[in-house]
Amino acid sequence: MKTFRIGGVHPAENKLSAGSPIREAALPKQAIFSMFQHIGAPAKPVVKKGDVVKVGTLLGEAVGFVSAPIYSSVSGKVSKVDVALDASDTRRMAVYVDVEGDEWEESIDRTPDLVRMEDRPDLDAQAIIEKIKQAGIVGMGGATFPCHVKLCPPPGQKAECVIINAVECEPYLTSDHSLMLEKTDEILVGVSLIMKAVNVNRAYIGIENNKPDAIRLMQEKAKAYPQIEIVPLKVQYPQGGEKQLIDAVIGRQVPAPPAIPISVGAVVQNVGTAFAIYEAVMKNKPLISRIITVTGKSVKTPSNLLARLGTPFSQLIDECGGLPADTGKIIGGGPMMGKALISLDIPMTKGSSGLLIMNDKEARRAAPEPCIRCAKCVSACPMGLEPYLLAKISSQYMWEEAEKEDIVSCIECGSCAFTCPSHRPLLDNIRLGKSTVMGIIRERAAKK
Amino acid sequence: MNLILVAVIVLGVVGLVSALVLFLASKKFAVWEDPRIKQVSDVLPQANCGGCGYPGCSGFASACVKAAEGGSLSDLNCAPGGQAVMEQVAGILGLKASAAAPKVAVVRCQGTCDVRPHGVEFDGVHSCKIQNMTGMGETQCLYGCLGEGDCAAACLFGAITVNPATRIAEVDESKCTGCGACAKSCPRGIIELVPQGPKNRKVVVLCNNKDKGALATKECKVSCIGCGKCVKVCDKFEAITLGTNLAHIDPDKCKMCRKCEEACPRGAIKAFNFPPRKPKAEAAPVVSPASPKVEETVAKASASPIVEKKVETQKESETAV
Amino acid sequence: MSNRLIVSLSPHVHSGDSIQKNMYGVCLALVPALVASLYFFGLGAAVVLLTSIVSCVFFEWAIAKFILRRERTSIMDGSAILTGILLGFNMPSNLPIWIIIIGALVAIGVGKMTFGGLGQNPFNPALVGRVFLLISFPAQMTTWPVSGSVEYLDAQTGATPLALMKWAIQSGDASVLQDIPSSVDMLIGAHGGSLGEVSAILLFIGCLFMIVRKIITWHIPVSILGTVALLSGVLHLVNPIYADPISVLCSGGLMLGACFMATDYVTSPMVPKGQIIYGVAIGALTVVIRNWGSYPEGMSFAILIMNAFTPLINTYCKPRRFGEVVRKEAKK
Repeated sequence: MKTFRIGGVHPAENKLSAGSPIREAALPKQAIFSMFQHIGAPAKPVVKKGDVVKVGTLLGEAVGFVSAPIYSSVSGKVSKVDVALDASDTRRMAVYVDVEGDEWEESIDRTPDLVRMEDRPDLDAQAIIEKIKQAGIVGMGGATFPCHVKLCPPPGQKAECVIINAVECEPYLTSDHSLMLEKTDEILVGVSLIMKAVNVNRAYIGIENNKPDAIRLMQEKAKAYPQIEIVPLKVQYPQGGEKQLIDAVIGRQVPAPPAIPISVGAVVQNVGTAFAIYEAVMKNKPLISRIITVTGKSVKTPSNLLARLGTPFSQLIDECGGLPADTGKIIGGGPMMGKALISLDIPMTKGSSGLLIMNDKEARRAAPEPCIRCAKCVSACPMGLEPYLLAKISSQYMWEEAEKEDIVSCIECGSCAFTCPSHRPLLDNIRLGKSTVMGIIRERAAKK
Repeated sequence: MNLILVAVIVLGVVGLVSALVLFLASKKFAVWEDPRIKQVSDVLPQANCGGCGYPGCSGFASACVKAAEGGSLSDLNCAPGGQAVMEQVAGILGLKASAAAPKVAVVRCQGTCDVRPHGVEFDGVHSCKIQNMTGMGETQCLYGCLGEGDCAAACLFGAITVNPATRIAEVDESKCTGCGACAKSCPRGIIELVPQGPKNRKVVVLCNNKDKGALATKECKVSCIGCGKCVKVCDKFEAITLGTNLAHIDPDKCKMCRKCEEACPRGAIKAFNFPPRKPKAEAAPVVSPASPKVEETVAKASASPIVEKKVETQKESETAV
Repeated sequence: MSNRLIVSLSPHVHSGDSIQKNMYGVCLALVPALVASLYFFGLGAAVVLLTSIVSCVFFEWAIAKFILRRERTSIMDGSAILTGILLGFNMPSNLPIWIIIIGALVAIGVGKMTFGGLGQNPFNPALVGRVFLLISFPAQMTTWPVSGSVEYLDAQTGATPLALMKWAIQSGDASVLQDIPSSVDMLIGAHGGSLGEVSAILLFIGCLFMIVRKIITWHIPVSILGTVALLSGVLHLVNPIYADPISVLCSGGLMLGACFMATDYVTSPMVPKGQIIYGVAIGALTVVIRNWGSYPEGMSFAILIMNAFTPLINTYCKPRRFGEVVRKEAKK
């Protein structure tokens, strides 16, 4: 069974919501659309207070190439354009829409019929990429990197294959899993669209073998698509990391930055992104909803919800049996890389793959003990770094040394802190060092 | 006897040869250093605080000697040593020291636990820089003191500590040398270096909140909401400017009339080291529109009798205590 | 929701591993050998081990509490108990109690706590204690009871296999080696020596247990044992006055050292490449000291010497970075 070659850990999977069918969440009373739902330049609001919007109306336009537009997922009236607390735990520009009814823009095809590649022979690469760009699609795995940027390789580099990330290596999360079970055909069309967009004739869909039903179903349906291969992978975190996935599937390692996946000929997209691309290109539907897993050991009914973007998290929790009394921590995303939220009023965004509720006991970290130099962090690090050393030099503000030790290669997967028997907050310190060193590098580049 | 003699000779020869090698090596590998660097270094406080921008006192000393060749020490200042040390340095280098106003650090946040509740609990490394990476931190204010004490750790003089009751960093002005290490360590840029001021008096906006008024009001009870009232009362001196929803007092223009402190509806402006105000009945004329002119003229005369008068009242208040 | 929400940076889950789990895991791995030592040396083994463990834990507690004035003492983390067991394992079973206590004081006091306690010591504390005793009390530390002599102070003593090997080399007479017990006896531990080091097979089983439980990796034990087997095999072929590799591997503290002392987390290198360098060097040094040094046993010294090199190895041996292979290929 294939997997990546360096490091890795295996956290308890806790896929509580596995197998529970996708449920549509109710419309919120007020939806909040952050203009910061992607990496890159924030979108610029194009509506003002009092404007009437429909589902699919443009709210914020993309600014520059690395950016993405934002569409309304509800119909109603814009109540204000102001800062709002978002999933980054800071207040940033957002559009508030008071929901009235559920009216859709007429251009959106809402029929459930499958549109195949053969039905749309007019589509060429340029048209597909343009459509993806228009629809505001970003990496749906959580990184939220604007999708069209990845599909336009820099000059001189050419893609050789498309790799679809259906690994879902984060514990608890099952949104991609449920999507694969229920939207198999759509995903396969989406993958074909990506292949056409980057002009390759090979695609791999990497799935960890803790989802045997999804692997079986995908293999069955993929028989009709000889260019697409389903690759079962050994369960190992962080296999969903872009670089780890490429290593696992095609056995090539992306060198340290500035190299990017395309340098080894791979274009990686999330399976959720593939589905969104299908909807955007074939159904003319911009990115306005996504599957989110609401889960946790104390949650009454852990579920996979199809929710409109901008829905406050509090409402999603209510749909799953309400907030448990012993809640200690609420995490946007999975437990390994997710972000602890400070409020339930935060709305979901394009990157919200999960909402995990931990009880008070689980939420608290154990007290750190002295480092016993057991080297477990070194063997767990999927990037071949020495986390104990990076954490130590970062906590002493030794930035030059940190840079020499390749701190910027860290992907912040958390395997080191997860595995540390002394419960040391390794990643806290490494993150500090990484962000500082990256700032220093940027400064240096700016001077030149 | 013979044995002892042999031992003495052998050891003596070994010693001599070693001494010779050492002597030759020290001659051969000697590095010439301007003797003035050591002289300058000797008068520096040797705190190695880095406040001057150089790595340690020896780095500053060589920078001084280098600058002396250019003929001016104007860009160099040893904050902990103050004017006295800089004059000594200038003396060694045969130059005149330029006058630099001594500064102290001010923590521009008054958001104690009472006025700015800690809505969530941060569980992680006790470092402001790391807590700041979570986004808002424990309170609702994105700009306020995080209270983990990075500044206290950075201070080499024990002049800044985090008060466990308020969870706000506090500066002990008597120990602060104005080196600025704390200001550099603060991830939110709350700490500002301001001139010590006459008799240590100064008026500072103790808030760093750049949110709009309505939001700032929600976040903290003593936040600056950018209402501009202080700017209006200071129209004579134009010492106060309004940035992004945040007032700032230019210490060079401030005449310390303290009207802004009174005008601020949020209590975000604080006057340091002034004597307590007189009871209201007596104080009334001071806030009347007529009085600032008096203070202005007096202040412009720069003899500052008012300051002396205030010192007397301060003494009285001290005896009263 | 009565309490405030907790906010922290990811990851929000932990493997559940802890220092205790690792330390007690090593202790557990030592149990078979411990039982064997009680069988072969009886009362003597029990007294020595108990004294060693109790005094190590006591000194750890007392130093942390009264000298370092720490609020929390770390005696429950299992590291002092482990040091106590390993120190006891490295002593002959007829050692007087007061010497054991001095050994424990040196091991914990000098070897560990002076550097700041757990995780800070450059040398393996148990070996510091043992080598201190070996140098200070050479007579007591090198008169080993023979196997099966279960009394404490007046146990019957005799020559160990290591002493015979040394004698064979010094006299140049290979026939001395015939007095070494059979390979089976050597494996199960029916020969003289320090009380815990005799049963090679049980120590090796303990080592396998640790590798399976992922407490240690295979690199250090395999590289030490491999190097020793290879070098002593070559020497044996060249000149039969050098003992055969199986006797060498099963004699003295080699197995104990390779599996339990050299693999000590704190004092061994972090990266597999470094661990192999460290292991090979320990193996080579052991063979050199055993055959040409003045002491019959070289394991302790070899490990301590390489402990000193650990920081250097850590500085120069970096793990293989992700993408490094590609980087090198690209350069070509």
